[in-house]
Amino acid sequence: MNKSLNLQEVCILRDGAPLIEVDHTIHAGEVLSVMGPSGVGKSTLLSFITGTLPSAFKGMGRVLLDGSDITQKPPHARHVGILFQDDLLFPHMSVGANLAFGMHPGGSKSEKRAKIDASLRDVGLEGFADRDPATLSGGQKARVALMRMLLSNPRALLLDEAFSRLDADLRAQVRDLVFRTARERELPVLMVTHDAEDAKAAGGEIIELKDLRAC
Amino acid sequence: MLRFLPALTLLAMLGPVVAGLWGTLLPAFGHLPSAGLHGPSLDPFRNLFAWGGLADAARLSLTTGLVATALSLGIVALISASWSGTKAFRVLERLLSPLLSVPHAAAAFGLAFLIAPSGWVARLLSPALTGWERPPDFLILQDPLGLAMIAGLVVKEVPFLLLMTIAAIGQAQPRRSLLVAQSLGYGRVTGWLKTVFPRVYSQIRLPVYVVIAYSMSVVDVALILGPTTPPTLSVQIVKWMSDPDLSMRLTGAAAALLQLALVIGVLFFWWLGERFVAHFGSLWIMSGRRGQYDTPIRMFSLGLGSICALAVFLGIASLLVWSLAAFWSFPNVLPDEFTWRTWSKHGPDAFATFGETFLIAGIAVLLALILVLGCLEAEHRSGRPLSRRGLWMLYLPLLVPQTAFLPGLQTLLLSIGADVGRIPVIFAHLVFVLPYVFLSLGDPWRAWDARNAIVAGALGARPWAIFWRVRVPMLLRPILIATAVGIAVSVGQYLPTLLVGGGRVSTLTTEAVALASGGDRRAVGVYGLAQTLAALVPFTLAIVVPAVLWRNRRNLHE
Repeated sequence: MNKSLNLQEVCILRDGAPLIEVDHTIHAGEVLSVMGPSGVGKSTLLSFITGTLPSAFKGMGRVLLDGSDITQKPPHARHVGILFQDDLLFPHMSVGANLAFGMHPGGSKSEKRAKIDASLRDVGLEGFADRDPATLSGGQKARVALMRMLLSNPRALLLDEAFSRLDADLRAQVRDLVFRTARERELPVLMVTHDAEDAKAAGGEIIELKDLRAC
Repeated sequence: MLRFLPALTLLAMLGPVVAGLWGTLLPAFGHLPSAGLHGPSLDPFRNLFAWGGLADAARLSLTTGLVATALSLGIVALISASWSGTKAFRVLERLLSPLLSVPHAAAAFGLAFLIAPSGWVARLLSPALTGWERPPDFLILQDPLGLAMIAGLVVKEVPFLLLMTIAAIGQAQPRRSLLVAQSLGYGRVTGWLKTVFPRVYSQIRLPVYVVIAYSMSVVDVALILGPTTPPTLSVQIVKWMSDPDLSMRLTGAAAALLQLALVIGVLFFWWLGERFVAHFGSLWIMSGRRGQYDTPIRMFSLGLGSICALAVFLGIASLLVWSLAAFWSFPNVLPDEFTWRTWSKHGPDAFATFGETFLIAGIAVLLALILVLGCLEAEHRSGRPLSRRGLWMLYLPLLVPQTAFLPGLQTLLLSIGADVGRIPVIFAHLVFVLPYVFLSLGDPWRAWDARNAIVAGALGARPWAIFWRVRVPMLLRPILIATAVGIAVSVGQYLPTLLVGGGRVSTLTTEAVALASGGDRRAVGVYGLAQTLAALVPFTLAIVVPAVLWRNRRNLHE
């Protein structure tokens, strides 16, 4: 099977005027960085791929994931993981319940629990399953958010300014963890950022979006 | 299914209003087939205008509405200008917000117990300051000018408008404006009134209109505190509507249309007044005057706010004391003896009525929650927020005076042979519960970070799973608060219960108001207190339950 995220002549319009145009294939384990000033609609591109484009916008073109067209599928059936600049851990669930939220149903309780404990161990958070997310540090939350997304077995990964809230040290650490994991799991990654260093660390191709409205 | 909920909500909210107005219109022009009368004729209006008390009754409706609204708005504006953003303001906010849920009738009884000639105020001052050995012979309650009634309305409308103002202030970013004004040499009060108030007022306009319509046509407060010969127009409408002589209903219907016209006229007048104030306000702003009476104004407004809060708190305390009083001679501040006698006499009945009250409130609020949550979820999924017109629709049932359409609704129900009773009462309550639940829940619901839904969807959750497992638990607190608001609204309803229930459904409010004319203060104490508790307990639960449930979830605490 052809593992890739393929954006075919994607064009996003607002009030009939084109905002973004992208035509690109991201292969497994590769990172495509989309850069541009804020307000240019970078995040809109991601919401088109997750199937949550606000009604003020109109999207055209096709999104193929591993060769199959997901453009018309509902968000929950797309298998596209996304990380935002905020961790967005659900505040009413424990760390463990957050991880369980994305896991596929089925399997016994103890199997699930074992899987959660193992993945927490992987990111150096052993024994954190029953903690309140609010008591975690910024870096810890970022790792839990990454793990929660990975446990849902996504086939592509979207990053929406995912590292911009972290301070410099932590930022490099979390970034490396995310990119390394994506390579290991052969996930195509689409990253939206305004930070040149993020794009450089990603090591992949870079698209610079211009403000089409200004032309 | 979800797509039809907004339409269904509109139907539940506006259907009874439109049907009721229609049911008022026909008999007002002499058409009441069930009484063997066929129109059209202008006799009902001739009878109405032949009634000697009409001029006074109409004047009372105008003055109580305008004066109560202007006073409440003035007090709220002064308090906000003087104190918003300070510690004292937050204390006042905490004091006033529970008052919002106290039913109007209970607050009115409490006030009556305070200011009556034999009330607490007179007792406190006697005989040392006044020299009174016996209650003075003044007509303080039910005075012909309606001053007591205006006071009763003001103490309840100030908390309402103040909380609306606080919500509006949050969006207006007042700190920066005030800072700029102050650095230009403006006093705090003047600076706030000139820079923040115009934006805040445009946000609280509709609530102000609601206060006007309500104050002009309220029945329960008028029965307790208002004048009697003649009473206010709305009270007279209810009298005509409950007259055994069916033809009196025609006069009542004509009066209901007059009441509607009066409210529309006053709303238009107020709208003109807004233009007027805006014009002179901008001249005042252009004048560049910096203001120099800040300190006295701040003290004055704090005094007014405290009086409003104290009037309700002490009023409720006096309900409690009266319900426990044995013999209580004037001018003693406390009863000579306390007893449980009143509670053992009226307690069982009050408790049974408690059940009926909560049954009606519970079903009405449950229906309202289903409709409102459905509408909000539909709004979220379609990405189309409520329009300006939609907001007006929400306020419409609160802007049409109750006495204009509820009598018609009753007539209509009777004429189509539908049974009056509990179920129609529940739907009548729903008309008023729905807008308040919607207004209470709308803002927190929309303020929720929708990226949570995107993340949950990307994790494979279907829309309804996102709704139940993520959104509802995260918004549990505002949902419970909206529930408590809905219950308080339902508990406080007098006219819908009385008219649509056809006298066969009694809640704590109808029972309490029915006691008003009897003069048994001890019984009034029991029912007024029960009514207050019925509204306040849900509020307490709405705050306590999430705090306990999420005690280990720090980010859900404010």
